[in-house]
Amino acid sequence: MHHEIHPNASAAATELHDAVKEALTKAIGEGLVRSQIDYDMPVFILDKNKVHDGLSFLKNDPSMKFGFLTTMCGIHFPDNKGEEFALMYQLHSLEKNHRIRIKTFMSEKDLVMPTITDIWLAADWMERETFDFYGFKFAGHPDLRRILNMDEMNYHPLRKEYALEDASRDDKQDKYFGR
Amino acid sequence: MPVAMINKTNISDDNMRGTSGNIGQTFGTATEVTDQKDYSILNLGPTHPATHGIFQNVLTMDGEVIVKAVPTIGYIHRAFEKLAERRPYNQITPITDRLNYCSSPINNMGWHMTVEKLIGCDVPKRAQYLRVIIMELSRIADHIVCDTVIAVDTGAMTGFLYLFQWREKIYEIFEEICGARLTINIGRIGGMERDFNDKAWDKLRAFMKEFPKALHEFDKLVTRNRIFVDRTVNAGPITAERALEFSFTGPNLRAAGVDYDVRVATPYSSYQDFEFDIPVGTKGDTYDRYMVRMEEMWQSMRIIEQAIKNIPDGKIHADVPEFYLPDKEDVYSKMEALIYHFKIVMGETDVPKGEVYHAVEGGNGELGFYLISDGGRTPYRLHMRRPCFIYYQAYPSMIEGGMLSDAILTMSSMNVIAGELDA
Repeated sequence: MHHEIHPNASAAATELHDAVKEALTKAIGEGLVRSQIDYDMPVFILDKNKVHDGLSFLKNDPSMKFGFLTTMCGIHFPDNKGEEFALMYQLHSLEKNHRIRIKTFMSEKDLVMPTITDIWLAADWMERETFDFYGFKFAGHPDLRRILNMDEMNYHPLRKEYALEDASRDDKQDKYFGR
Repeated sequence: MPVAMINKTNISDDNMRGTSGNIGQTFGTATEVTDQKDYSILNLGPTHPATHGIFQNVLTMDGEVIVKAVPTIGYIHRAFEKLAERRPYNQITPITDRLNYCSSPINNMGWHMTVEKLIGCDVPKRAQYLRVIIMELSRIADHIVCDTVIAVDTGAMTGFLYLFQWREKIYEIFEEICGARLTINIGRIGGMERDFNDKAWDKLRAFMKEFPKALHEFDKLVTRNRIFVDRTVNAGPITAERALEFSFTGPNLRAAGVDYDVRVATPYSSYQDFEFDIPVGTKGDTYDRYMVRMEEMWQSMRIIEQAIKNIPDGKIHADVPEFYLPDKEDVYSKMEALIYHFKIVMGETDVPKGEVYHAVEGGNGELGFYLISDGGRTPYRLHMRRPCFIYYQAYPSMIEGGMLSDAILTMSSMNVIAGELDA
């Protein structure tokens, strides 16, 4: 299993990382692809099909108690062939004041994910936002519509292929700025 | 109380569907109500004086009672997360101003601290204390808006007029510090752009001396007022369990009885040096939300007092010349300074690769920045955890079954700020 620790990671972060890693391995086995620590935040990369089980376990297991869904978002890595899209969930255990991040990578051909609205009510609009901007399909979501953009929009604007600059502008190319 | 039986699975009522004018959004999932009653549809917003912002709710009404509410948001969506992917780090600060514009300095500081975490820079103690003063002042300004507006919505205009001028005084302090008032782009990555001048200290001391009187006066006018209490107690309540399920943070969560405050849970900018209490409510209704914010203003005053008393001397920014503008005279006389000036103005400062999350206690709760840097001059991805966006989704369930007038109060007491909601 691949394993990476940020040089500044504190002892507490390492300890939390090890405890959650052990518990997750027990709960979902091979579903835990790899883990690392990014700037004091333990990060667990899960298999796409095990995300729902993993999150449900982390919320409900009495030794974990990550009962609070802080946020979630999508990320697009167009050059990362076969794993172009990623989802990030961030959990917080308010009792123990522990924070962890869960990530999963998937191919652009298959952006269907099981919804986590059955685990947290707060996931409703978060998933709608992620769908709106990246096009993830959350299977089982009660009302998966666009939320911030208008319904008539026919693309997902935070994907990297949509440049922010007007395509007709040729005075803002990187080469003119020595980049 | 709800009188209608609602069948949530059926999406067929044409009355509830339509397009909302120029932006052409479709209203939410319609609900078929299965009894024989004839309900009326009330379109509340998007521009309505009582909603204090651009929010639309299509309400299914049984007389004065709300049976079903469907919110539509996104009217002032400005694609901040996309914009941030094209902008150098220092040019993202003005974007954060426009999230919760009632307390924009907190957003600025949250963003600076996120980048500081990424580049691994230690901000000097004096700058941290200056930041705390600014952040707590803006928390007071934010809570003044919210609490006085709750009073206005119950019909008490006088308290609003009395207290609102103190927000103006806070803006005058900000103006003295950095030249701007509302969306102020204050501080820099690595510290502050300048120290407070004497006038700013004078204004701050005057504020500290006189504001408690005004707040007491407002408190006496409103808090125990019979009409106010009758209107706000039990209006739009939420239990602690549900609030946590909906990922509430900030005063709204504390009003429901959970003592979670980012300033205490994960202290930043030296908050661990200060002594203050976290007020909590019990029922999570409008009155509790009002009371929590009232008490937080007193606690903010306590923090500012301690900060003024204990502020250390020293530098006001870390030694990261690639992030703060050098003195103008140096730019004209020194090569290094000229290069840094040029790089900052053109936004050509590279930052290290990495992935960080940093959260601050904003006026409305945990304001988090999730930043992925691929080592270039702009973020690869910036996600903002906006507390309003997350807790506003509980709004329909909080007002359904209540009166329309309670719905207005619930919205103003949740302090939903359109800029933060829509980003």
